[in-house]
Amino acid sequence: MQKKEILSLLELIEQNGDLSELELAIMLNLKEIEIHETIESLKSSNIICGYHTLINWDKVTNDDVKALVELRVTPQGGDGYERLAEKIKEYPQVKALYLLSGSYDFLVLVDGKNIKEISLFVSSKLASINEVQNTTTHFVLRKYKDLGVDFDNKKVDERMVVTP
Amino acid sequence: MRELLSKKILQLKPSGIRKFFDVANEIPDVISLGVGEPDFETPYHIREVGIQALQSGKTFYTSNSGLKDLRKEICTYSQEKIGNYYEPNSEVIVTVGGSEAIDLVLRTIINPGDEIIYIEPSFVSYLPCILMTGGVPVSIELKPEKKFRLTKEQLEKVITNKSKALILSYPNNPTGAIMEREDLQALIDVIQKNNLLVISDEIYSELTYNKHHVSIASFPEMKERTIVINGFSKNFAMTGWRLGYALGNYEIIQQMIKVHQYAIMCAPTISQYAAIEALQNGQEDVIHMRESYNQRRSFLYHELNRLKLHCFEPEGAFYMFPDIREFGMSSEEFAVDLLNKEKVAVVPGNAFGDCGEGFIRISYAYSIFELKEAIKRIEKYVLSKRV
Repeated sequence: MQKKEILSLLELIEQNGDLSELELAIMLNLKEIEIHETIESLKSSNIICGYHTLINWDKVTNDDVKALVELRVTPQGGDGYERLAEKIKEYPQVKALYLLSGSYDFLVLVDGKNIKEISLFVSSKLASINEVQNTTTHFVLRKYKDLGVDFDNKKVDERMVVTP
Repeated sequence: MRELLSKKILQLKPSGIRKFFDVANEIPDVISLGVGEPDFETPYHIREVGIQALQSGKTFYTSNSGLKDLRKEICTYSQEKIGNYYEPNSEVIVTVGGSEAIDLVLRTIINPGDEIIYIEPSFVSYLPCILMTGGVPVSIELKPEKKFRLTKEQLEKVITNKSKALILSYPNNPTGAIMEREDLQALIDVIQKNNLLVISDEIYSELTYNKHHVSIASFPEMKERTIVINGFSKNFAMTGWRLGYALGNYEIIQQMIKVHQYAIMCAPTISQYAAIEALQNGQEDVIHMRESYNQRRSFLYHELNRLKLHCFEPEGAFYMFPDIREFGMSSEEFAVDLLNKEKVAVVPGNAFGDCGEGFIRISYAYSIFELKEAIKRIEKYVLSKRV
């Protein structure tokens, strides 16, 4: 499959995770077997890293608190950031981890049942890492949009039913 | 009251689409495949420029022919797409949608009794606009076997000494047909010999799949006698902004401006500012939308084939025009029955001219999930009819 076709395939399944291989083949004008093999190879090379469902948990439960935690660190040695990242991302509470440029180094997205649980995690697990100089925890008050999806407004088709 | 009204207008048939809209609009939970406009919202950067224009008080008239900066951008864009140079000061007019440009050009060229040749099936406005202007409409019926393309022979057959102009509308609504370079080339001889003007409605010019759109104006000998109509509605998903334009010889455009200045004054100012942004920075959006339409086109075409609904493979716009004659119903009966039984709205083919009878127009300007659900319902309906 050509690079352009792979890009189209990835863009399509990134937005529509539940299209079948047959449907993808039809839409992209390719053979089903090509789609199958390409997807398998993209999975094994960890380009396709998983299929998830985007859920607005705020509407389901009150036991869902998120925080963005800034970490300033003093990395040890050449691969200091990498080793720290390895350690931090192992925690199941950590949902996302980014190394950033700017006034702090890591941004950690932490999930918990309540503020206390997250505070405890930050103080006992993150702040206690030797290389971590300081932490700033921002609790998420409201999520408006995630992964390109507007959580508040379900798009309705505003068009008239029939037009020329 | 009727005796006080214009006979010409009273005789005009209301649009078949309007009639069907009134039926479809009353039924809840309809999945509509009947819409003739993009499902994409106008790209945000374009909307933002419109908002800024409004916020900064750009609320005045523009010159009759449109903002100079917009006319310049249109000419640059057209140079790139068609390959022709049009002079921004005299050879372009910005209109209220492509629709106004169609009306303007017909009003500008028609003397009573002039014959205007147009193809069918096609967009609903040509015939009434010709009639309202006192012209004589002459239609050429196109066939799916010929990919709904116009041939030299068909054109020659209808030409008389009253023939004034030919309206070409490719990529075509409702069939999705296109005309390739050699198809257009074949017509030129006849057009020149009979001194016809060509009105080339290219409103879907950016929406062709796997082939580039060719404008008949791009042939050097055709530039002078062709009025190109285009706009922002379909190519940039800007239907509600109501903005189009016409390009052509200054003698025609200057006369069109007169009609426009008395009837309309100028196209909406805010829309004109947004359109500048569309032309300057909207190409990536166009590419993205085209790719998405193409994916849906492949899907829908495959599904119609699977259901054995015979359909010409469209290469432009965002419509399919399947043949439903096997069911022994008229287009309208079929569309109404499908609507009542399975709550899917499609447009009866005869809304686009008599030769559209026996066909329906399906739009694929819908998300893949809507298309999947609609196909499920159509399948159920078709199977029940074939039992």
